[in-house]
Amino acid sequence: MNTLLQQFGFDVLFKGTNMLRLLGGLGVALKISILSVSISIVLGILLGILMTLGNPLINAIARVYLEIVRFMPQMVLLFLVYFGATKAFGLNLSAQTASIAVFSFWGTAEMADLVRGSLNSISRLQYETAQALGLNRAQTYLYVLIPQMVRRLLPLSINLVTRMIKTTSLVMMIGIVEVLKVGQQIIEANRKASPNAAFGVFATVFFLYFIVCFPISMLSGYLEKRWENKG
Amino acid sequence: MNEILVTEHLHKEYEGMTVLEDINLTVKKGEVVVIVGPSGCGKSTFLRCLNGLETIQDGRVLLDNEVINPGRKNLTKVREKIGMVFQSYELFPHKTILQNVTLAPIKVQKRDKAEAQKEALALLARIGLEGKKDSYPRQLSGGQKQRVAIVRALMMHPEILLFDEVTAALDPEMVREVLEVILALAKEGRTMVIVTHEMAFARAVADRIIFLDGGQIIEEAAPDAFFTHPQTGRAKKFLESFSYEKK
Repeated sequence: MNTLLQQFGFDVLFKGTNMLRLLGGLGVALKISILSVSISIVLGILLGILMTLGNPLINAIARVYLEIVRFMPQMVLLFLVYFGATKAFGLNLSAQTASIAVFSFWGTAEMADLVRGSLNSISRLQYETAQALGLNRAQTYLYVLIPQMVRRLLPLSINLVTRMIKTTSLVMMIGIVEVLKVGQQIIEANRKASPNAAFGVFATVFFLYFIVCFPISMLSGYLEKRWENKG
Repeated sequence: MNEILVTEHLHKEYEGMTVLEDINLTVKKGEVVVIVGPSGCGKSTFLRCLNGLETIQDGRVLLDNEVINPGRKNLTKVREKIGMVFQSYELFPHKTILQNVTLAPIKVQKRDKAEAQKEALALLARIGLEGKKDSYPRQLSGGQKQRVAIVRALMMHPEILLFDEVTAALDPEMVREVLEVILALAKEGRTMVIVTHEMAFARAVADRIIFLDGGQIIEEAAPDAFFTHPQTGRAKKFLESFSYEKK
């Protein structure tokens, strides 16, 4: 048994506080994810709704913003904000703040695009029916369009959220010690004693990401089914 | 009789094309006006101009002597008085039947929820659908959905009802159940403007027929006169398209 654990490099996980350290790293990754996802959902919904109001100025600005995000690799943006902006603008951002800012900047754009798409996929006549019943614009959005939008949005946004969680592994590039970085440190520290640690540690990191993302996916499936039965 | 709805020199253009030209129509209280005409003649657009869903380029629409104007602040107030039923029902899919018909009374007219629900149940009972109050629209047939859409419009206590080809999307066997509801409303003395392709129904329900073609009112007559002795060639041709003869 022990030799098998050694063969695949899982033995290092039981040395000292290694497993706890990995979980601590996961905590850092989750903290960044949860904060950026929350900010992205709130701002993305607001921007997405604004984009359906047909204001040419808002639409032009949003379009430029979305295009920038679409073509900019997240890592370049991360470097730009953390290494570039701190020097150029004298901003003293911590690595975590910089990464939350970058991930929110990215997530908000994608979320807004999903919200806009979901709203536009609702028949124009639903809007007109609500108007004909005397609902004003805010009431039409609140009671008729947004509840329908949320149902269409859910599967798409779950995909975005899991992508954002996965991509937090990039933040180790600006010195944040999150789960992947902790994994590397453990492997480095045990290079002599457990030369095969790489497989065990990275497989564990992989598994940790899986147990975070899988329940989110399950929840999405459950809600979709529930809504389908309701309406 | 007093006039509820008046259009004066209504002119509508869409992308440089004239869709409606100089439409003058007066609908009196309790009157049922049926608009017929070939596809694309502008009759649905005309109906949509009446509650400000379409902008107009010239002329005006008056409800109780108040101008209806898209973009004006009073538009939602005016729309409360105009009930509209669409061809595709447009029930709100995420709400139950009861929620569908009570949403606007509760949120727009700020009526008491229990009182609105009581009235809704009474109206649903009249069309035989009180048992569906907790169902969702997708669980109903087309004819049932359309009857619920009529109840939803009635719940606002409108002064006038607009029906836009409300049976056009229905299977033939469901057309009658919807038309009978509208006929019953006509007997109650409701004021209505109806756009339809059902000529027998038009003849039965109308106090006055408007024949629209090419965006203009071509003929305006009592139903019997219109269907037995159309005055214009275009109306004759239009009516002939509905009859079949073995040659």
